[in-house]
Amino acid sequence: MSLLEIRNLHVNVDGNEILKGIDLTVNAGEVHSIMGPNGSGKSTLAQVLARRDAYNVTEGTVTLDGKDLLEMKPEEAACEGVFLAFQYPVEIPGIGNTYFLRSALNAQRRYRGLDEMDAMDFLPMFREKLALLEMDDKLMSRSLNEGFSGGEKKRNEILQMAVLEPKLAILDETDSGLDIDALRIVAHGVNSLRSPERAMVVVTHYQRLLDYIVPDYVHVLVDGRIVRSGGKELALELEEKGYGWTEKEAVGARG
Amino acid sequence: MTAVAQLESWLENFTEAERSVPGRALPWLKKLREDAFARFCDVGFPTTKDEDWRFTNVSAIARTQFRAAPAYEKSRLAESGFGVFNGGADAARSAFLLFINGRFAQFFSHTENLPKGVTVASLAELMEREPATLEQHLGRYASQERDAFVALNTAFLADGAYVHVARGVVVEQPIYLLYISTQEDAPTVTHPRNLIVAEDGSQVAVVEDYVSHPIRDEAADKGGAAIEGGAAIFSNAVTELVAGENAHVQHYLIEREHLKAFNISTLRIEQGRSANVASHSVLLGGGLVRNNVHPVLAGEGGECLINGLFLGTGRQHLDNYMHVEHAAPHCGSRQFYNGILDGQAHGVFHGRIVVHKDAQKTDAKQTNRNLLLSDDAQIDTKPQLEIYADDVKCTHGATIGQIEENALFYLQSRGISESEARKLLLMAFAEECVDRMHSTAARELVVGLIRRHLLFMESVSAPAKGEVEERVMEEVG
Repeated sequence: MSLLEIRNLHVNVDGNEILKGIDLTVNAGEVHSIMGPNGSGKSTLAQVLARRDAYNVTEGTVTLDGKDLLEMKPEEAACEGVFLAFQYPVEIPGIGNTYFLRSALNAQRRYRGLDEMDAMDFLPMFREKLALLEMDDKLMSRSLNEGFSGGEKKRNEILQMAVLEPKLAILDETDSGLDIDALRIVAHGVNSLRSPERAMVVVTHYQRLLDYIVPDYVHVLVDGRIVRSGGKELALELEEKGYGWTEKEAVGARG
Repeated sequence: MTAVAQLESWLENFTEAERSVPGRALPWLKKLREDAFARFCDVGFPTTKDEDWRFTNVSAIARTQFRAAPAYEKSRLAESGFGVFNGGADAARSAFLLFINGRFAQFFSHTENLPKGVTVASLAELMEREPATLEQHLGRYASQERDAFVALNTAFLADGAYVHVARGVVVEQPIYLLYISTQEDAPTVTHPRNLIVAEDGSQVAVVEDYVSHPIRDEAADKGGAAIEGGAAIFSNAVTELVAGENAHVQHYLIEREHLKAFNISTLRIEQGRSANVASHSVLLGGGLVRNNVHPVLAGEGGECLINGLFLGTGRQHLDNYMHVEHAAPHCGSRQFYNGILDGQAHGVFHGRIVVHKDAQKTDAKQTNRNLLLSDDAQIDTKPQLEIYADDVKCTHGATIGQIEENALFYLQSRGISESEARKLLLMAFAEECVDRMHSTAARELVVGLIRRHLLFMESVSAPAKGEVEERVMEEVG
């Protein structure tokens, strides 16, 4: 059984069909990259998998470890091991970073029937992860993402992922807006989390990220459909030829 | 009840009180009461035609026939719910005064931890012991001309807290005043009257906590049966606070009476030169509440913080009427009020700033932020600036919004349940106000109460399936 199975997924937003029949199988240990031009439905796919309810699934199935993901609320999906690194992480004044992260971790541990982690156990583990992402722990005493730079927000997403240790991590344009130093740090964080038990879906607009996070599979999403799938060399081909080439294929596929 | 019958009823109460009221032998006090009663008879209760009462209809108070709440016996203390309300540790208070049905209850009160130079006593006791001290201040600040409820309070002025801090004395822990109204078969009224005098260079924090028996209970609250059988209560409180030159005073008002309670509270602050006063109001309970805060910055260089939080559910009506008077140059005032309203609750924020002719270089700021959690909740927010000086800075702003869907999804996407996420976001919003409170003891008390009262909100605990139970939250790191 695959970790994630998406079959014929159709999704509407405000009456417009954004995803028009997605099929995708992701096994534990694999890293898949989903590439595509703006507006192709990449972020919609990521958000649907994290169970944002603004998206209306009209057809198809999604299972996680054989369980119906589409039946889950966002917090249930998270507790079952889904993690979405947001393209635009939300600033929440008044909720401390550290407190938030420990609450989230303990909510997930309770769900899985594990004991909650107290501050004494949490802090050493947390410090280790902070070091991994080269983050200043002063940031952690601040409110969630409040006043963080773009790069700090993205690093904070990967930090959360490192603490929560999901089965399926979805990175939604985590590279957008990062300079090369920040990109290296983020990629290093992500790579260190690669493991045989964990799968990753890396959504990106740019090939550049894939120089640092090397995927096992690349899928090209155009106009709500996956028009090409292949190995990491597909990303290079895209870089060379641009998306225009795949868009023509999409038209052809419809035609 | 007709208007005449209403007056007759109050007159009957007044005549009865005159026979037994503490300090009845003091001519100046007798005159103060009589003048106040005459004033009340002249003006009667305000109506919504009165601009200051446009959003708050007090006809339910006007048409109810209230009797003075009965004196309370120590033997019946358990019934008052005292044990439930008195949550704080004695170590975290420098003094504790208990008032039951408006009268000082000596038992359980304690003042022995106070530093030298501080007097904390009941007003009734002071009337006997040091009437001349009282005469200097009592009734000199709160305007019965302006406000019928102040007139009514003054007419029935009998007891309350007296706090006096001598020049330069610093009181580390807050002085805690607890006012309990008990459950009776017929509607009762109390008129707590407090006088706080902080002499030059002194420092003190005073907490006024208004509660009623039976305590609000989550299940009963939702079922609307919270106070089945009990009658309405009416707490009509007035506090006069005098801050001398360079004095630092924090005042806390906590309103957490049950839903059949009317609570009209007036805090009148008189600030001397460079005095620094903070008024913190936390309105959680009460069916109909009016919270008047009226600081007068009467000396140069004074600073005033007016900070508040109101949290309404069901059909609660919570009205905050701020009236900040800048009467001297170089003074600053900051108003911050946050409201959270659910169900059919109605909140009001009226922020009036008056800058007198000579109050140049005034710096006055006002911010009112509100969250509406249901379609039927309502907020009226109204700034009112009257500026007669020409070199001043006055700003005001108000926002009305809902819980942000993005923030909610973000928290949920990390595994936090929807109701827990809502609670976290509301708590964060409420803590903007809590963070402005200096006293750790007061802050802890308030945070605990806010958490409890958030559970009364349908939109918070309206349970989704797989609900996790309430968790104690603590900060790490």
